[in-house]
Amino acid sequence: MPLSTTSNFARPDDAFRAIVEAHRGLTDEQSADVDAALVLILANHIGDIDLLREAIALAKRRMIDGQQQQQQQQ
Amino acid sequence: MAQAKSQQANTQQAKTQFGYRRHPDQDRSGRSPAEHAVVVVGAGPVGLSLAIDLAQRGQRVVLLDDADRIGEGSRAICFSKRSLEYWDRLGVGDRMVEKGVVWSVGRIFHGDSQLYQFNLLPEDGHKRPAFINLQQYYAEAYLVDRINDLPEIDLRWRNKVTALEQRNDSVALTIETPEGAYRVHAQYVIACDGARSTLRQMVGADFAGQVFEDQFLIADVKMTAEFPTERWFWFDPPFHAGRSALLHRQPDDIWRIDLQLNRYADPVVEKKPENVRPRIARMLGHDNFEFEWISLYKFQCRRMDRFIHGRVLFAGDSAHQVSPFGARGANSGLEDAENLAWKLDRVLRGASPTRLLESYHVERSKAADENIRESTRSTDFMAPNTSQEARLRKAVLSLAKETEFGKRMVNGGRLSVPCSYDTPLSSPDVDAWRGGPQPGCSMLDAPIAADVGGQAYLTDAFREGGTEFTLLSFRNGAAIETLDGVKDIRIGAGGLADPASLVARRYDAEPGSTYLLRPDGYVAARFRHPTRAGLSAALSRAQGLN
Repeated sequence: MPLSTTSNFARPDDAFRAIVEAHRGLTDEQSADVDAALVLILANHIGDIDLLREAIALAKRRMIDGQQQQQQQQ
Repeated sequence: MAQAKSQQANTQQAKTQFGYRRHPDQDRSGRSPAEHAVVVVGAGPVGLSLAIDLAQRGQRVVLLDDADRIGEGSRAICFSKRSLEYWDRLGVGDRMVEKGVVWSVGRIFHGDSQLYQFNLLPEDGHKRPAFINLQQYYAEAYLVDRINDLPEIDLRWRNKVTALEQRNDSVALTIETPEGAYRVHAQYVIACDGARSTLRQMVGADFAGQVFEDQFLIADVKMTAEFPTERWFWFDPPFHAGRSALLHRQPDDIWRIDLQLNRYADPVVEKKPENVRPRIARMLGHDNFEFEWISLYKFQCRRMDRFIHGRVLFAGDSAHQVSPFGARGANSGLEDAENLAWKLDRVLRGASPTRLLESYHVERSKAADENIRESTRSTDFMAPNTSQEARLRKAVLSLAKETEFGKRMVNGGRLSVPCSYDTPLSSPDVDAWRGGPQPGCSMLDAPIAADVGGQAYLTDAFREGGTEFTLLSFRNGAAIETLDGVKDIRIGAGGLADPASLVARRYDAEPGSTYLLRPDGYVAARFRHPTRAGLSAALSRAQGLN
């Protein structure tokens, strides 16, 4: 099964909001700790190493081709 | 490196001191040196075991060591089930297990609470335990005793190789002794001379890999204690805040303690007994112990690119080096020895072409990669390299308190299990199997009879009469034709009993199922309905004949 990048939540705003609120009132350090735990929990739930690698690649494209993508969009 | 040794260690040293003796090879002129089939360099566990294996196969072996005694100190302590099964074949398994401390349970702690425990051999029906702990000097002493029973082995102490020249049909070695230098020629030289191998330098090979910055203090202490015979590993223990610690029992009331230090620690200061003592006293909760050994290490994970350089083959730490968390050093070296011995024997006898040796490099360098990968992961988990790595580890350790997946991610050392080989010697499965060891995997042990003639396990039957290619077959009444030079083990109906049905279960056997085992106990091929043609082809392939 390839990584799903179509919208899976009936109410995407709720999902985004839930994650944002998880960080409310936290220091950057605490936020980073929560994110690390969250990533591990979700990765285990997915339980598919190929899917995980695909997700990591998609996430890291932001850093690697960030500028390139911006240029293409313009 | 020795800082403190008790009476015990001194007694042990005296017991294992060996004398240099002049050999007639030394009286020959430099122009007509003695010709030998195999010279093994380095009388550590790997070189000693390899020499015994070759001798049991009928090869004459010259074994050289530059020292004249068994090395003292804190080196390998954990020997795996696989190594014990190999040592059984070499005639020393019982002695090792009798002296060793048997264990299979490990516990991982975080702070002062237990995160989880694991059992490395949770099932019955195996001759050997998951591990024994045994000081390397005992293992070496027992192997040397065994060698004294084998006239095929010529063990020469204080013989140091100082030069090596590869020729077309042999290797010329120059050997320095207390009475001067002499030369020999060997068809093959096996370098088992450890991580700082001089032979590796002589062939000009590199030894690339990773050095870990964190330092670890290794202490062997003598004390009587009530700790159980288990491997205990701590992350951030109360007695050693922010770092890791390991406690493991050895024979003679000796305990191995590993303490992670910071990367800037001064080795000279840190290993002074007066500085080590308070740390260990905090760990043990008392001060009633003596030091056997203290040393400071930075761990390295590295390997040679090629394990074969012309007629010089590398085995053990000379070819690959790992950190100690996982018991993958000595055990993988012993797996090298068992992999190489039968192949070299066949090549020397002309039974297989030289290219069979290439499979030694293929199989064992892949095993080295696996061991290095596991060892690197463990060491990185213990000593995170970046603040984000440290953060992820912190998350894993805290998730481990309440989730099963978190426990499974905690890496306090993944302990050595035999590697599975993706190798040209294996014949891929053609039938459907739901379990059992695949081609390229190590055979599994199981009880074969209550106790008939001392033969109670499949590994005993495999060993009986020498380890050759073996057909392990499950009877269906039909006669299975035997292959020339291949040993037969038949289970059921007129063959060996399978009292607990564990042989059948572990090999996913149905009537007629047949496994072809290599002399090192690895599965070469397996068939639901074997034919003579199929078996012959698999045998030829496993022998490097086609």
